Amino acid sequence: MKSMSAIIFKDIVIEMRNKESITSMLMFGVLVLVVFQFAFETINVERGLLAPGTLWVAFSFAAILGLNRSLAMEIDNDCLQGLLLAPISRGELYLGKVASNFIFMMIAEVIVLPLFVVFNNLDFNLKFLEVAAIACLGTLGIASIGTILSTISANTRIKEVMLPVLQIPLTVPVIIASVEATREVLTGDTRGISSWLYVLAGFIIVYLTASYLVFEFAVEE
Amino acid sequence: MKLKVLAILTLVSMLTALYMIFLYAPREALQGDAQRIFYVHLPLAISGYVSAFLLFIGVIGFFRTGDLKWDRFGETAAALGVTFISAQLITGSLWSRPIWGPWWVWDARTTLQLVLDLIFIAYFMLRSYLPDPQKRAKLSAVFGLLGMIDVPINYLSIYLVRTQHPQAVVSPGGGGVSPEMGLTLTVSFTAVGLLYAYLFNRRLAIAKVEEEVDYLEQVVLAHE
Amino acid sequence: MALESEDIRKTFGYFTALGGVTLKVKRGEFLALFGRNGAGKTTFLKIAATLVKPTHGRLRIEGIDVREEPEEARRRIGFLSHNTYLYRDLTPIENLRFFGRLYDVQDLDERIHSLIDRVGLQRRASDPVRSFSRGLHQRLGVARVMLHDPSLILLDEPYTGLDANAVDTLNQMLDEAISAGKTIILTTHDLEQGLRAASRAIIIDRGKIVFTGDARDPATRDAYRQYIRVGVTP
Repeated sequence: MKSMSAIIFKDIVIEMRNKESITSMLMFGVLVLVVFQFAFETINVERGLLAPGTLWVAFSFAAILGLNRSLAMEIDNDCLQGLLLAPISRGELYLGKVASNFIFMMIAEVIVLPLFVVFNNLDFNLKFLEVAAIACLGTLGIASIGTILSTISANTRIKEVMLPVLQIPLTVPVIIASVEATREVLTGDTRGISSWLYVLAGFIIVYLTASYLVFEFAVEE
Repeated sequence: MKLKVLAILTLVSMLTALYMIFLYAPREALQGDAQRIFYVHLPLAISGYVSAFLLFIGVIGFFRTGDLKWDRFGETAAALGVTFISAQLITGSLWSRPIWGPWWVWDARTTLQLVLDLIFIAYFMLRSYLPDPQKRAKLSAVFGLLGMIDVPINYLSIYLVRTQHPQAVVSPGGGGVSPEMGLTLTVSFTAVGLLYAYLFNRRLAIAKVEEEVDYLEQVVLAHE
Repeated sequence: MALESEDIRKTFGYFTALGGVTLKVKRGEFLALFGRNGAGKTTFLKIAATLVKPTHGRLRIEGIDVREEPEEARRRIGFLSHNTYLYRDLTPIENLRFFGRLYDVQDLDERIHSLIDRVGLQRRASDPVRSFSRGLHQRLGVARVMLHDPSLILLDEPYTGLDANAVDTLNQMLDEAISAGKTIILTTHDLEQGLRAASRAIIIDRGKIVFTGDARDPATRDAYRQYIRVGVTP
């Protein structure tokens, strides 16, 4: 536990100093929202139907940016080796990185979300909090699988380009569940929402566990 | 010897299946002759899932023993998976066009198959950028594991979407399945199954030879 | 026994980096590892540091089997290579504080400040490492290695990139470590630096130990020279 918090703290200090991760995720997220605005301008559909998809496209691609930056930082100067030398298990190392990736993604999303509400002329009410809660779950799902996938892709020559290839097919359930749940919240028809939440929770539990167990294979020489 | 027998059986069953699909099975009332593609379509789809399961076996085998032969096993399963699923998606497209008009239907099964295809393709892309055999085996086993446990979760979420947004259901035939159709389907399944087994065997053997050639190349290079 | 390796082998694909290294290093020994590039010195050191898993063989650090209790083994090991494993955006103090937490070092702040003084980084202690020259990097790397007071110190070509002052400081710290009963294994191309304080010298060639001898014995020097010239040892 202590080592996990050390890792998270270290990542936060670095991010506060160079601000690369959060700003790039933020900019990208906003840009995607804006582009989709233009794309869907002439379509006369209830906002609540289209908007969730836009939001999650923004989130999932921004997440890939964030994961790549986080990885690049550990590749620089071979710092990952320094972490592997330490008396912490590979699984703990994994959880520490998932936590810090999750935190940075959430920070970017917390800023993008209100913009999302404004752009789509929604209301800042209870629904907003519910959408944010769904975002938490979805982001944790993405972080849990993205952290180990970025470690795998680091071993290839094309590094950061490999990550989306590996990640997008695997995060399909997270995206579907998050989009559908968000859509239900926004349109007010929440009959099926519990199944989506179960899917998200199931994904998180399954992938945190599996990645925790096999992380050493992904990360050792 | 066994392989020759398998090859002959495969050939015979495929020819039989072809005959039955085109000549023996009755013309389907609602969809006409285009419906016949279904006899190929369904077995191919199942082969996709079988490949996923076999890749999973290969991954577990590799994690338990570290023996590269499990890596070859998994890779062969994935190769057949890509081939059979892509074939299934293409035949599915050929089927849906004359019947409903669109080239592509985003129904549960096709979406699932497409995502599975993408996972297999990602698996091969990853492998192609990892030259060292040990590392390649290790990392593709990790990705294979993560990918294959995704399959049931995917299944769940995609089917959930469809049950909540009911659409035109893709079904084999509206008016019930006649005994001739049932028989044709069984023969077709057998043919595809035998073809799969045969190809799996050959591919696995080729993979082993490729590995030996690689090894010899390295040995020669090292001595220069 | 500080380090015991039994028939350690390592293959990378079809390339055999180590073909069976069996070595026993007693506590307090200072072992110098020589060998050409690609001979397997770094691979062996990395295996000793638990960074790389051997394809075959057992390794024990102070009696602890590395496969069974890797974390306990790592607590006792300090490894320095030409990559310093330091975070460029952090200052020396922040870097050391992070590693200190990972290793659960007691009286961390005191220890950090005394080490920073020891390696001569006082004036740059609050600058991000990004602005450091290679020599300063290495100094901080040395501080990082010593931070958790490891009993086995592994150094991979530690003298590269160091100026004369830094070399002296490093040598002093190594001497202090030996007096304190630590064990040191270092690899180097520099015969003089390697033999300076070492008690034993080993030559590794093509993944195997081809020579082992007392560092202070002149025969060792001759053996090394012959190896460099001709490629074989007596």
